[in-house]
Amino acid sequence: MKTLIVILLSAMLTDNFVLAKFMGICPFLGVSKKLDSASGMGIAVTFVMICATIVTYPIHHFILVPNNLAYLDTLVFILVIALFVQLVETAMKKLLPPLYKSLGVYLPLITTNCAVLGVTVLNIDNGFTFVQSIGNSLGAGLGFLLALVIFSGVRKKMEYADIPETFKGVPATLIAASIVSLSFMGFSGLFS
Amino acid sequence: MANKTPLFKELTKGIIKENPTLITLLGMCPTLAVTTQAANGIGMGLATTFVLLGSNIVISALRKVIPDKVRIPAFIVIIASFVTLIGFLLEGFLPELYDSLGIYLSLITVNCIIFGRAEMFASKNGIVSSAFDAIGMGIGFTIALFLMGSIREILGAGQWMGMNIPVIHDNPMLLFIMPAGGFFTLGVIIAVVNKIANRKPPLEIECGSCDNCPMSGKCEKKEVAAE
Repeated sequence: MKTLIVILLSAMLTDNFVLAKFMGICPFLGVSKKLDSASGMGIAVTFVMICATIVTYPIHHFILVPNNLAYLDTLVFILVIALFVQLVETAMKKLLPPLYKSLGVYLPLITTNCAVLGVTVLNIDNGFTFVQSIGNSLGAGLGFLLALVIFSGVRKKMEYADIPETFKGVPATLIAASIVSLSFMGFSGLFS
Repeated sequence: MANKTPLFKELTKGIIKENPTLITLLGMCPTLAVTTQAANGIGMGLATTFVLLGSNIVISALRKVIPDKVRIPAFIVIIASFVTLIGFLLEGFLPELYDSLGIYLSLITVNCIIFGRAEMFASKNGIVSSAFDAIGMGIGFTIALFLMGSIREILGAGQWMGMNIPVIHDNPMLLFIMPAGGFFTLGVIIAVVNKIANRKPPLEIECGSCDNCPMSGKCEKKEVAAE
């Protein structure tokens, strides 16, 4: 149980996917302008990450490994994720229209979000058990959500800042991200 | 000669005018993640170039066979196969690089540059020009990564390609090899490029840019942003 909490918290804080591992930078920079869209994207990614882990873990351990096909991980996982995102989108549209309305627009973007593929591959690489994998995915997703929500607050303040012409837009955003990332470094050593 | 000029253009546009990392802002994740050392940057750049070249050629050759509706899954399979291939090659011949690139090697699969070129160029153009386009984009990406890696390695570790740099080596600014330094360096480089190109910086990153985005047909984000 203790290891599970450590895995969850370290995926969320010390090894934050966006700010320490640089996964999912595109949505982090693209969708973080408003709090609503930032939290919507964060929740959608968390959801897909957990579901993708639940599906890819048995595929790796019960289909690929017994047949000596473990090297096909990347290929199979990305297909599963693409398929899954599509499935979730369709199911949500039919069954939970309100949820689809708020999350649906982000779903197609998630297929090309490297954080989702990253977390499924990392779960296998680190040799986690099934429960630990889910904990890791949940932590990674929550960390992504946290980073996006915090950063949307930072960007709101930045709109009123007087930034030199050359740095306006993307460069200033990246430098702000650097400062947020710096503050997350304060968590390092929390579990060592 | 008349035939050569457009091909040459395909090659050079990826290096300067449409540099994937610095101008169109695609493939940010590997750009930031592996550039703690100049050598890693080159390794990642060349690995991506290899995948890009392979996938562009295959997709271009199959562009009339792949039905439009299933083209995205088909592209993903082709790209992922080449990623698996380069994974094997690196593991066998350059195990050190394989270890230091780690998980980011398999993440080449979801690199927007490759997807973007497949969708925007290879699925519409012939094999030869697609190959040239891939090489140009790959070189542009490699140069950007090498630049990032050099700056971060020199300032952060006081080393460059295994050589010690006097003065800095004694007091390296560790910040630059940490994640925060990656964001900072890229921000400054893009600002400098904007200054040199005397170009209004893009105010928004819409996952790279919507023009290059394979999902832009389905994506409703533009409307969300407008609301």
